[in-house]
Amino acid sequence: MSQNIIDLKNITKIFDDETLVLDNINLYIRKNEFLTLLGPSGCGKTTTLRIIGGFEYPTEGDVFFEGKRINDLPPYKRQINTVFQKYALFPHMNIFENIAFGLRIKKMPEKEIKIKVEEMLQLVGLQNFAKRSVESLSGGQQQRVAIARALVNEPEVLLLDEPLGALDLKLRKGMQIELKKIQQEVGITFVYVTHDQEEALTMSDTIAVMNEGKIQQIGTPEDIYNEPKTAFIADFIGESNIVKGIMIRDYLVEFANRTFECVDKDFGENTEVEVVVRPEDIEITSAETGMLKGEVITSTFKGVHYEMIVKENGRHWMIHSTDMAPVGSYIGMNIGPDLIHIMEKGA
Amino acid sequence: MKSNQKILAYPYVVWLVIFIVVPLILVLYFSLSFRDGGLTLENYRRFMTPIYGKVLYRSLKLAFISTVFCLILGYPMAMIIARADISKRNLMVLLFVLPMWMNFLLRTYAWMTLLGKNGVINNVLGYFNLPTLNLLYNNGAVILGMIYNFIPFMVLPIYSVLAKMDKTLIEAAKDLGANEITVFRKVTFPLSLPGVITGITMVFMPAVSTFVIPKLLGGGQFMLIGNLVEQQFTYVYDWNFGSAISIIMMIFILIAMAITTKYEDPAEESGGLW
Repeated sequence: MSQNIIDLKNITKIFDDETLVLDNINLYIRKNEFLTLLGPSGCGKTTTLRIIGGFEYPTEGDVFFEGKRINDLPPYKRQINTVFQKYALFPHMNIFENIAFGLRIKKMPEKEIKIKVEEMLQLVGLQNFAKRSVESLSGGQQQRVAIARALVNEPEVLLLDEPLGALDLKLRKGMQIELKKIQQEVGITFVYVTHDQEEALTMSDTIAVMNEGKIQQIGTPEDIYNEPKTAFIADFIGESNIVKGIMIRDYLVEFANRTFECVDKDFGENTEVEVVVRPEDIEITSAETGMLKGEVITSTFKGVHYEMIVKENGRHWMIHSTDMAPVGSYIGMNIGPDLIHIMEKGA
Repeated sequence: MKSNQKILAYPYVVWLVIFIVVPLILVLYFSLSFRDGGLTLENYRRFMTPIYGKVLYRSLKLAFISTVFCLILGYPMAMIIARADISKRNLMVLLFVLPMWMNFLLRTYAWMTLLGKNGVINNVLGYFNLPTLNLLYNNGAVILGMIYNFIPFMVLPIYSVLAKMDKTLIEAAKDLGANEITVFRKVTFPLSLPGVITGITMVFMPAVSTFVIPKLLGGGQFMLIGNLVEQQFTYVYDWNFGSAISIIMMIFILIAMAITTKYEDPAEESGGLW
């Protein structure tokens, strides 16, 4: 408990007495970790963040900060700062004043303010921008100012609500690396909200995948990607082939009209399950030797790999491979036992 | 395409020239000439006497007081409307605008029946055996009339700026440690300044030049500059002097506006009238 900086206990949030946004969320955030709330829009991730920030009050449940219940603490009394989705920089102040805002409220001496703001501008690489107006900055620069404005207050926790959503792809990639670097440099807890699975995998220490107001899985990026607990996660994190199957017994599953060895157990015998196979885990062989056979319907060059759709007995399989099979050809597909992921049905 | 758009502007340009530019030039010409022709500054010199100076001073003072009251009363009202739910908001705005659909004179006469010696308020006081009050025909009545008539012009522009304001800015300020008062002082109010300035302009200008309100509620004994102009044109038939007073009044309004506009952020243009 003591090393958890934030604990969410049985948080439920209902909007307007009818819309269930969060359904009994339990989540703990450790000190100095980079935690990402990942999920499609409307899954409740932003609401979770706003409850931590103090902008929403949970309908049920408690929020703890270093073990103390903070449900009733207004945002301005929390040692938490937020980087808002659309930056929310004050348009009537220049960059220096924006960053100094929090320090001015704390009545810090002018000299100290100057030193701290300069430090922050240095950290986010905007040394010569102090006197500039907000609107003269590009989206990426405004984003940095928003981060500096939050960090200068030395919060225990920094909340980031899809901060890179408005940036173009290249800038976003650069900022991902930079944000991670900043987090390691200042050594504080980041809680990051995004719907971009790649962003989550790149930056996080821990990912909490959310859907329909519930947390589906919490784990390291590797765990989440390699061992997704539900078909939803498998589908949401990266691309997946999901087919119906029957778990015959431990280590043996039947799908696509044949049995496969696998590494999963404890599902019981003859249980209906969902089988998830990553497109890059399907190996292309000749039609004679493959476990499954099918006709290549489309084949698209994607840069590093080819993406092929193969039709097998009415089912479509997506394959990512550096080998290309021409459209119309018949190929075989092999799947190794450890690359077959078994999910409970309907989970 | 471009020339087509230009053509669309012509009717207004014609309107502008006939009904605004030409009359303005005429007023200026009248103010600079004798009744029977010949250029002179006599009309302006005549205004520089203490009697007229007093009228001007009183007009500016009453208009200033009314504007301040409109701001003090109107700002919180605008805030309340802007923070209400959308459905309630429209109703509140409607309630504010509704009296303006009624005739201006009628509304001012209504105040006379309320405030008069045998008016509603004094009747109520008399009913409770309380001493009656002299509510009509004084500065207070004129200021009250101005506030009542012009306060929508203060509330609406402030409301429209507040309603458009990005709510996350307020959240950001709270997030950075500002309590409600600091949020207002450092974020909400500075960002609403364009609306405040528009409001001040739209209240101060008619307040300084009105002649109906002082005539009815001030009982004529409180002559303001608007009354003076009216008198010159309708009773004395000294158009030249009347024009000169009008020009002087315009200059004062321009100065007042220049002062208020100075406090506006030059980069911020939305909602401002100037």
